[in-house]
Amino acid sequence: MGNIAEVVSKAVESYQKDPTRLLDVIRDVQDALGQVSDEAIVQIGHLMNLSKVDVEGVVTFYHFFSKSPVGKYTVYLNNSAVAVMMGRGAIAKAFEKEVGCSFGSLSEDGKIGLYDTSCIGMNDQEPAAIINGVVFTNLTEKRVKELVTGMKAGRNVSDMVKDLGDGNNQSELVKSMVKNNIRQRGSVLFAPYESGSALRKAVAGTPEDVINEIKNAELRGRGGAGFPTGMKWDFCRRAQGERHYVVCNADEGEPGTFKDRVILTEIPEMLFEGMAVAGYAVGAAEGILYLRAEYMYLKKFLEKVLDDLRKKNILGKNAGGKTGFDFDVKIQMGAGAYICGEESALIQSAEGKRGEPRNRPPFPVQRGYGGYPTTVNNVETLCAVSRIMVEGGKWFASMGTVQSRGMKLLSVSGDCDKPGIYEVEWGITLEQLLKTVGGSGAQAVVIGGPSGTIVGKEAFGKKVCYQELGTGGSVIVISKKRNLLEIVHNFMEFFIEESCGWCVPCRAGNVIITNKLEKIMAGNGTKTDLAELESWCKIVKGMSRCGLGQTSPNPIATTIANFRSLYEEKLKKVEYETGFDLLKSVQESCKVANRKPKIEGH
Amino acid sequence: MSKPIVATASLAGCFGCHMSLLDIDDRILQLIDLVEFHKSPVDDIKKFTKMCDVGIIEGGCCNSENVENLRDFRKNCKILVALGECAIMGGLPAMRNDIPVKECLEEAYLGSPTIDPKDPKIIPNDDDIPMILDRVYPLHEIVKIDYFLPGCPPRADLIWEALLTLATGKELNIPYEVFKFD
Ligand SMILES: Cc1cc2nc3c(=O)[nH]c(=O)nc-3n(C[C@H](O)[C@H](O)[C@H](O)COP(=O)(O)O)c2cc1C
Repeated sequence: MGNIAEVVSKAVESYQKDPTRLLDVIRDVQDALGQVSDEAIVQIGHLMNLSKVDVEGVVTFYHFFSKSPVGKYTVYLNNSAVAVMMGRGAIAKAFEKEVGCSFGSLSEDGKIGLYDTSCIGMNDQEPAAIINGVVFTNLTEKRVKELVTGMKAGRNVSDMVKDLGDGNNQSELVKSMVKNNIRQRGSVLFAPYESGSALRKAVAGTPEDVINEIKNAELRGRGGAGFPTGMKWDFCRRAQGERHYVVCNADEGEPGTFKDRVILTEIPEMLFEGMAVAGYAVGAAEGILYLRAEYMYLKKFLEKVLDDLRKKNILGKNAGGKTGFDFDVKIQMGAGAYICGEESALIQSAEGKRGEPRNRPPFPVQRGYGGYPTTVNNVETLCAVSRIMVEGGKWFASMGTVQSRGMKLLSVSGDCDKPGIYEVEWGITLEQLLKTVGGSGAQAVVIGGPSGTIVGKEAFGKKVCYQELGTGGSVIVISKKRNLLEIVHNFMEFFIEESCGWCVPCRAGNVIITNKLEKIMAGNGTKTDLAELESWCKIVKGMSRCGLGQTSPNPIATTIANFRSLYEEKLKKVEYETGFDLLKSVQESCKVANRKPKIEGH
Repeated sequence: MSKPIVATASLAGCFGCHMSLLDIDDRILQLIDLVEFHKSPVDDIKKFTKMCDVGIIEGGCCNSENVENLRDFRKNCKILVALGECAIMGGLPAMRNDIPVKECLEEAYLGSPTIDPKDPKIIPNDDDIPMILDRVYPLHEIVKIDYFLPGCPPRADLIWEALLTLATGKELNIPYEVFKFD
């Protein structure tokens, strides 16, 4: 730990006081001091010519920044539903026992902090935690003991990684135990690819040709919303602005999604080339890869890949050998916030601000990063772009279904024999998929993550495609032995935690919905409660400002639709049931005031 | 037919909703013709002595006395109406819901700048004082509520129309503007 003034001024100087790099400044301070105290906040503001509240607003917005100390070693243990299914509870207990403090707090000596965190993109190797940026997967109680012993002895965290994962996880610049678990390769993403071939083809034609080729491919965005990529680029290209930007969305925050992580690890060249193609198409000279903080361990490696691409002239001046086309990519790190996957929040965050969604219109293609026309595309979308450039739009469109062309990467986790990455053609039925992954006999499948749909076996004959069961890639298999409502409850807690708090329907509504769910789960619900729960879902979906609140009630809404009996069998057959317990609710105040609760006559 | 009997109370509220009721101005004369007031701050009747048709409650529940009162209303009123933001959602008093009760009480009775340093430092604990609840509750979490009139306070026109509807059985006729707040 160093002196605050010194640390702050060094951090501020290394980013030339650039306000768009505020997140990086704060991260450096956080890493050096283990916290971003009020004093540090004031100094950052002072040196960067920002107000104290601007800095404080950013510090308090992101999960991985903290005003109070989080320790020399900070353990962030994933609490996603699948982590819980895979035994996170016992792992958390083991950490608490070994460290001697509970989750959400710091050990007595201030050395080790234990904190929960939302899905870290390791659902196929849970339970998993991030300690000082290093990922530890498949945790066991024994392993926890070793880790805590190591931390207490002051060991370097990266030295505690034992066996490395496969592929580039072994690279000198990654050295991570994370596994790729690529179970099925298809022809779009995980087929052999010659670096440079896509951009060469693209720059041989005009930007309009590129956009037309993408339109011919009928490529739709892989980030979840499925917006036609060619159309988005067209809008962006036509939008007036001195400059244009390409932003790659590598926030991958939807619980259960981890396919972008595997792309970033194994085929980043294809991704960056796709960004260059996008840059050529929309007329951008700069690309930004917005990388979630959880994937920090890949940053050095990705920087090296970018360097290599510059050397090969796939990036840089006259990129791809095209005179006059300059294009380069920089990496901007996130700091722990699911909402920053929403494209306008992502842009805010990339500009160094709180990741709160913007009002639309104007859309990012009209006014995005820095106020300039910007296309935001998912990691997988941009890889598909590279392949389409090489193989042609017609080839791509010959696969899949009418409104869902090509192939799709699925991140499969939960109760199945072979969790991992599957590259499948759109249109595969859930039944086929479950068979492939060893998850037949499932009670339910969560498709598209918590913000998607939860379906039961009546729907297993349906196809994975936008018209039937759309998904950004998350597929969670839930066996019969699970309590589905507990999983739904975990999803709702996730949304409460991740709501940015800007609009009331999302900030308050998700809490109200979850309280109602808890009332029903506790056996205190009535028919009226269930009806109210349904109408609250409609209110939150209909009135929220962005996609988070517009989809957050889905776990409840879709289970009420598809598993109604799970709710109904818990209902009391009375007109009204309170759930309120007077004696319980006065305990705390009576204890503080040193009096005995007296409730006769009440 | 005898006149419908109305009871009202303010729990963890500020009496602003009752003030708004008085804002019906001269229509109060019509109201007196239309209904009979029973237990209410309006006429200062303290105890229920007969069954009422409509109970109107302002404010949520922040202590045991509020709960007792509310349950008494439920027992003695055929129809119960939650009047205003605090009754419906907890309102301003519910701002304490995120702060542990211990902290609230210590701030109020031990640490506040207005405490006389000569006074003994205690948190009041006489048995006659209502017990504070762990958080402020909206009414419908404690008893069944039949109708909700939103607003902070609900506009006089809204209260008037709702009362008229309940008293006469005529159709509710409230333009959207009367309960739209932004
Ligand atoms: C709450 C929320 C979270 C999102 N998270 C992601 C994400 O992690 N990755 C992603 O690519 N898109 C995410 N999206 C969708 C983006 O807003 C946007 O549609 C997408 O990045 C566009 O790229 P595409 O057209 O290539 O799919 C999210 C949307 C919402 C509302």
